[in-house]
Amino acid sequence: MTLAFLILAVLTVAGGVAAMTLRRLVHCALALTVAFAGLAALYLNLGAEFAGLAQLLVYVGAIAILIVFAILLTHGGESDPEKVFSPAGIAGGVIALAVFAVLGWAVTTSSVAHGWGAGAAAQTSAPQTSVREIGLTLMQRYVLPLEVIALMLTAAMIGAVILAWREKRSVDPGAPSAPPSPELRV
Amino acid sequence: MLGEGILKGLGETARNFAGSFVSAERLTTVQYPEERIAPIEATRDFPFLVYDGADWEAGLRCVACQICEKECPPRCIHIEKSKDKKPDFVGKAQFYPAVFDIDVAVCMSCQICVEVCPFDAIRMDNKFELSTTDRFGGLLWTKEQLAKPNEYYRQIHPTEAAETDERRVKELADAKAKAAAAAAAAAAKAAQQAAPGDGVSAVPTTPAKVVPQ
Amino acid sequence: MVAGGAADQVFVNLDHWIVGHTPVPLQTLVSIVISIATIIVVFAGLFALTTVFERKGLGRIQNRYGPNRVGPCGVFQPLADAVKSLTKEDVVPRSADHVVHYLAPLVLVGVVFLTYAVLPVGRNMTAVNLDAGVLFFFAVGAGTELAIFMAGWSSHNKYSLLGAMRAIAQMISYEIPLILSSVAVIMTAGTLSTVAIVEKQARYSSTLAHWYVFTPWGLAGFILFMIAATAETNRSPFDLPEGESEIIAGYFIEYSGFKFALFFLAEYLEMFAVSGLGITLFLGGWSAPFSFLTWIPSWIWFFGKLLTLIFAFIWVRGTLPRLRMDQLMNFAWKFMLPMTLIVILSAGIWHFLTAAVVGPKPLGAVIRWLVCALVIFAPFITLARTLERGRKIEKRTYRFAE
Repeated sequence: MTLAFLILAVLTVAGGVAAMTLRRLVHCALALTVAFAGLAALYLNLGAEFAGLAQLLVYVGAIAILIVFAILLTHGGESDPEKVFSPAGIAGGVIALAVFAVLGWAVTTSSVAHGWGAGAAAQTSAPQTSVREIGLTLMQRYVLPLEVIALMLTAAMIGAVILAWREKRSVDPGAPSAPPSPELRV
Repeated sequence: MLGEGILKGLGETARNFAGSFVSAERLTTVQYPEERIAPIEATRDFPFLVYDGADWEAGLRCVACQICEKECPPRCIHIEKSKDKKPDFVGKAQFYPAVFDIDVAVCMSCQICVEVCPFDAIRMDNKFELSTTDRFGGLLWTKEQLAKPNEYYRQIHPTEAAETDERRVKELADAKAKAAAAAAAAAAKAAQQAAPGDGVSAVPTTPAKVVPQ
Repeated sequence: MVAGGAADQVFVNLDHWIVGHTPVPLQTLVSIVISIATIIVVFAGLFALTTVFERKGLGRIQNRYGPNRVGPCGVFQPLADAVKSLTKEDVVPRSADHVVHYLAPLVLVGVVFLTYAVLPVGRNMTAVNLDAGVLFFFAVGAGTELAIFMAGWSSHNKYSLLGAMRAIAQMISYEIPLILSSVAVIMTAGTLSTVAIVEKQARYSSTLAHWYVFTPWGLAGFILFMIAATAETNRSPFDLPEGESEIIAGYFIEYSGFKFALFFLAEYLEMFAVSGLGITLFLGGWSAPFSFLTWIPSWIWFFGKLLTLIFAFIWVRGTLPRLRMDQLMNFAWKFMLPMTLIVILSAGIWHFLTAAVVGPKPLGAVIRWLVCALVIFAPFITLARTLERGRKIEKRTYRFAE
């Protein structure tokens, strides 16, 4: 456990705790971002460059912005909830504990954990994955799953677009659909 | 085609950019403190008081009638009437302003004071470099600061000044003629009263005696 | 080939000399501090220069002189601006979220400075040679959106919130073409490391360098990249988030004094960073365009290219009016996105049209070039026609709210 790991771990956990306990929704979202960034820094600290940067790009760059955007559009940031803990929170806590238990069980029984027991030698033999190797593996061995996932995501996106489109029409069914004025195009 | 207009626009601005280094007449900027444009005749900003002759205090046209003070929309003029009277340019005894202040920080340059003045005593100036470090005292102008000779008025607003001068000459002439007529009438009356039955000999000589003053 | 000689490596050698003369336990620290300090000083200085050049350039474009009072030809104007912004009162709105309001400019500037870590500003002059440099650049750059949101939301002002929303919507939309247009380069270079990408372009066949901008897909990709970069950095004509005439200054409306200056600084630094990435990806980084020009030091090439791109930014700012929101989004999704995908396709075709397929050097190269250009140009024409169909310039009609 190095100093860098300690600092980053504390930062990540603090971010997570703050995200759950802070009152204003926007503060929670920002604290969650801190947790994401801390996790990314932990990955980088462990030498997983691609995973760390992808975490940063996807979670800080996209997920956090998505949350923030949702807050902006729904005025969720304006409300100031009276209390943080609600009855639903107990159920949430139980679920979180269950997930934690499963994860902990998986980690303690995995081969990595047994490798740790064998000593420092196992640590040095940890695979050094570079971006290039990840890319080659994705594009050669796992190209079919990758394409299937891509197709699924595209289908989901098209579905979302269609859903949004329908909703817009059903809002005002009586109104004649005005032709788009010429100046509204690029 | 898409993007054609953008390229045209870029060409235009590039021409401006390069041209501004080559031809000086493209540059519309006037480098103000060093270069100046002569103000056009209609320029006006704040009022001043016109005086005739060499002595500003004696020649001030203002008679402290206080019409401008009452008409001023932002009420930036302050006048105090004098106790005594002085003769004006036609010789009539008039009050004069003991105090005449204009707060130019308040003045909105509307020119209403000029429009209402029956004595052509207040006119608009065109001086604009008036900045001062004293916000209150520096922008409250007294009688001395406001008084400017008629020659100055002729210089900054020649057309207006010519009109005013013409009118004043006429006024003076009218006043003189009126005074002369009044004097003649008075003299005739006096002569009649002095010699009711004197006869013909005295009548032609009396006007010649009265008129010169 | 050690081109450029001593002048090329003067800063590298200076760095090594200073590090060599420090005690061994401190060497890593000193080396890091030197890198960071150099980046901060050089690019903040460039920011100061750019502000005055931008104002003068815009002035010339509008047939004015621009600032010419402070110092000879107005070159000390940034100093006067700095003194002004430092001595101004720092006003924080009473209803603002003070902590977030305070943090926003700091996060923004910090994140933007981080992106400089992977920019190769000269031969052997990269602060950190990351294996995934380009990815790092985009990943860290994503933090700017968050900082802008923090600024806009914490000010508790409707205009700043509107500005932040516009900024985020715009930056997300244009990040996609920005990344996709660099994918073509990453694909061809076969690496994500900025240093390696530049080294791939610093080779010469006869006299011409292998810059990616000299290929049809590289040229199209570069133009698309720069358009997306303009939008990413919120510069005119994509300056809706700041739109002075509509939302006054957007997300930094409630900032004053030094914090305002920090936003200003971050905006320009973002522009330099993204221009630097464009240079690295398409314009051969620090390499010379012709092999007989390699005697000029590499860092001069980089900064020369950077200044040229900055001038292009100023030129575009002086030319184009601001877009409307719907035009902005339509442009991103209906034009930029398909075009970047086509550029990637063209880069793939370029990769497979080797000399074995199209024949020997002179004729084969021309065929390869023309085929790849056609792959881009034909869809461009079709797309442009489709987008312009039904668009007539006619008298405007206005619909008023009831």
